[in-house]
Amino acid sequence: MTLTAAFFYLFAALTVASAFMVISARNPVHAVLYLILAFFNAAGLFVLLGAEFLAMILVVVYVGAVAVLFLFVVMMLDVDFAELRAGFMKNATLGAGVGLLVLAEIVFLVATQFLKPGALPAGIARASPIPTDITNTEALGRVLYTKYVYFFQGAGLILLVAMIGAIVLTLRHKPNVRRQNISEQNARTKTTAMDVIKVPSGGYTIPDKVAAKV
Amino acid sequence: MYPKTLDTWWDWGLWLALTAGLSLLLLVTLLIIVAFLLLMDRKVWAAVQMRRGPNVVGPFGLLQSFADLLKFVLKEPIIPAGADKGLFLLAPLVTAILALAAWAVIPVGNGMAMTNLNVGILYLFAISSLGVYGIIIGGWASNSKYPFLSSLRSAAQMVSYEVSIGLVIITVLLCAGSLNLNDIIKAQQVGVGTKLGLKSSLLDWYWLPLFPMFVIFFISALAETNRPPFDLVEAESELVAGFMVEYSSTPYLLFMLGEYVAIVTMCAMTSILFLGGWLPPLDIAPLNWVPGPLWFLLKITFVFFMFAMAKAMVPRYRYDQLMRLGWKIFLPLSLVMVVVVAGLLQYGPQVR
Repeated sequence: MTLTAAFFYLFAALTVASAFMVISARNPVHAVLYLILAFFNAAGLFVLLGAEFLAMILVVVYVGAVAVLFLFVVMMLDVDFAELRAGFMKNATLGAGVGLLVLAEIVFLVATQFLKPGALPAGIARASPIPTDITNTEALGRVLYTKYVYFFQGAGLILLVAMIGAIVLTLRHKPNVRRQNISEQNARTKTTAMDVIKVPSGGYTIPDKVAAKV
Repeated sequence: MYPKTLDTWWDWGLWLALTAGLSLLLLVTLLIIVAFLLLMDRKVWAAVQMRRGPNVVGPFGLLQSFADLLKFVLKEPIIPAGADKGLFLLAPLVTAILALAAWAVIPVGNGMAMTNLNVGILYLFAISSLGVYGIIIGGWASNSKYPFLSSLRSAAQMVSYEVSIGLVIITVLLCAGSLNLNDIIKAQQVGVGTKLGLKSSLLDWYWLPLFPMFVIFFISALAETNRPPFDLVEAESELVAGFMVEYSSTPYLLFMLGEYVAIVTMCAMTSILFLGGWLPPLDIAPLNWVPGPLWFLLKITFVFFMFAMAKAMVPRYRYDQLMRLGWKIFLPLSLVMVVVVAGLLQYGPQVR
């Protein structure tokens, strides 16, 4: 038990420290790498909670895919810090407001711990009990595909719409770019691909058939 | 052998010593195997091109890998002046450590894994998807054009092929009904062969009922580990040596080591998911006397041989063709297969 506590403090401290470094690191690439470290430690906390499925999915999805794309973009951007800092005072009040709101929420969350039991409806106050005889992958699957199936499908639909939107926004067929058409290439035969041209000696003329292609 | 409870300091000490000792044994064995597989890779490649391959150090060149190790370690590591020093050295360490960390959950025999994690396959998937960080950090920290270009290519490539690997894994999970690697292997004791009334044999393994997925997984594994024909990351002819251009000595060795261990991990994953892991090819007297780890090693060697042959025989893919194959062919195909397999398992005859 003491070991679990020790690991909890290790992961928690590292999460907080790396989260702080995300906003204080001068180099944006370093900031993203600290973000990845924070994800990792969050995954560690999930493992300590006994939610190993969520921990692994966090690593696969956030660290393995989302953060890679973050890093990808940040590395290619030329971030100008002087320009970023220029708007600091203008947005400071708004930022402070959002920060205070989040702080208040955290305080309320912690405060519910000390309220008398029953102050909150039972469904909100505590998580649904975890059955001990099945793995937590199975436990998740049982509620996700039965009780919350509409929310689950709804989330999937939103993601699909977002994906199609991203493609629509970025896909452009420029008129002067020659694109490769694989099926067209594979459908070529000897008769369609080859032109036998009789070149008369002394000077040359480009036959119409070839000229059309060039 | 393991203490049942961890009540006293003595139990703690015993547990720690056993875990550390076994991990060390596993890693040392793994590294020796990797050294010889590396030699085999070069020998196979040489044989296809009708050369002899390495044949000077030791009998038949058997000690070549160890000589290379010494050579790399004894050279001077050079860190470019413009490089981000910390990250530059972190990248090869990340690659090597992540590659070795995968072996914590791989069962080399029945129940013989360092940790019998019940989300073992997800852990392996997570670790293999993190492999991209070593490359991307190394490419960026070098502060040079070619490594950076190469690391961008590689990031896109590895993320693309992870998607189809994930879907292939899902079909196997549907058939096995478990995320535990040991249970996945055990589920392959019964299958097509036993339905036909034969003894438990290689016909029961998932390569037969899931053959298209086996092919997709094999090709995706090549792409995921940046092996030829998908070695655009290194592409000697255009990018010199890709993200590794600025690396020398031990950091380079760590990259090389991490890459080869990742390849062996992928071979192990192929044999666990499709070739029955530590199961003997026929469950009859002389064959099932052979210990499981030996069968596992033989299967890994077989898959590695196929990797080596692919490297020797197939020309490199162009980058857009690589992306087309990943997103337009493998992704829809594996997605359809997930639906088909799930449908068959739910409504079809009991093919499990």
